[in-house]
Amino acid sequence: MTERIVIVGGGTGGTVLANRLTDDLAAEIDAGEVEVTLINDTPEQTYKPTFLYVAFGKKELSEARRPITDLIDTDRVNFLVDRVTGLDTEGKRLSLAGGGGLAYDQLVLATGANLAPEEVPGLVEGGHHFYGPEGAEELRDALAEFEEGHLVLSVIGVPHMCPAAPVEFVLMADAWFRERGLREDVEITYTYPIQRAHGIQSVADWATDLFEERDINLETFFNAEEIDPEEGVIHTLEGEAFDYDLLVGIPPHAGSDLVTEAGLGEEGWVSVDRNTLEATEAEGVYAIGDVADVPTSKAGSVAHYEAGTVADRIASRVHGQVPTSTFDGKTICFIESGMDEATFVSFGYGDEPVVREPSKLLHWGKLAYNESYWLTARGLI
Amino acid sequence: MSEAIQPDVTIDSRGATCPGPLMDLIGKVKKADPGTVFELQTTDSSSKNDVPEWLEKAGHELLDTVEHQEEGYWSIYIEKTE
Repeated sequence: MTERIVIVGGGTGGTVLANRLTDDLAAEIDAGEVEVTLINDTPEQTYKPTFLYVAFGKKELSEARRPITDLIDTDRVNFLVDRVTGLDTEGKRLSLAGGGGLAYDQLVLATGANLAPEEVPGLVEGGHHFYGPEGAEELRDALAEFEEGHLVLSVIGVPHMCPAAPVEFVLMADAWFRERGLREDVEITYTYPIQRAHGIQSVADWATDLFEERDINLETFFNAEEIDPEEGVIHTLEGEAFDYDLLVGIPPHAGSDLVTEAGLGEEGWVSVDRNTLEATEAEGVYAIGDVADVPTSKAGSVAHYEAGTVADRIASRVHGQVPTSTFDGKTICFIESGMDEATFVSFGYGDEPVVREPSKLLHWGKLAYNESYWLTARGLI
Repeated sequence: MSEAIQPDVTIDSRGATCPGPLMDLIGKVKKADPGTVFELQTTDSSSKNDVPEWLEKAGHELLDTVEHQEEGYWSIYIEKTE
């Protein structure tokens, strides 16, 4: 009997997993003993870290996209462009928007995170962001025209993708406005929900020193509750009213309705064992990437390493072995600290990372990785 | 006292690295109705200071903090006010 493995979501996690499975199970797939299906609602994958550079006019959206069929072994993976509309974990069956259904033996949810700016009144009208393709282009146009006033970056949604990106944005904005001779006319403020500049203490300490050095204001315990676009005011949960001229608001994120409706977790995030990535509420279901509710960053590196763990576990089961591979929370983030320097951090569950001295080399490293990312998606690095 | 507290929502942030327990709490409090009682489970000892500091600023109530010595975590009980 054929073992049917279905992956929902063709982002970093989904494509890395598909490639790892076709490597590990090539013989079984070729013998018809295993079938791997990848479903995505678009034919292309988008590499989201590109958006930060789009906002500053340094990259184009076209550089962020590749056809998924270029990233996977289409001889061994059935690739479907469709949307999953229902999940029956008892009957082990998916319903598809295009009609019909799909049965699975092992299911991996890699559906990512969705933006939900509408959860904050006034944010859609009053705020910009660089967390989606259209948002990044609109922000690019707004920044290009912004020559004086108060630029506020407010981290509103928690949790949100790529926790380092807001810090990167203000450091890059500082350098970008300096380069253009406008910095004296542009005040920059960064706001964060908790008592420090970032969730990770060492990153917070590092960013706080840099902000001071570069004349970037820091507001902490700042949780935007409502935006007044007419007046240019952010009203916070803590009772403050804060003026802005250009607001970059990191929007609230939402998981997948599919997850909530299937009873797999709260607010659309899949409840999983943080080491095995197996769903706690259903058998034969895993989650990787942003949709998995694990206590580390929603970042591509996490999806990448989680995909490796899940591939190993699925392959072990197919081979009749007891799966032993686990995910230890490994996360790696490059962090831009201007337009031509960067640092990076790496950590696992419970670790406090060390922030290295920023350098041009690491900036080039980040840019080089962004280019070679497609090799990661293809399972090569 | 804590044994009498029945949380409406339990937030398990044990072992959380990024973005951390307080961030998990704020995210949930934002979306909850006033009167909702939360239990924040945390292994991060700094939560004992961070959480009350935010509660004071945001005007929500700290009900109790209980240390689970053997298991190595704390339960912080919070009520969202109006």
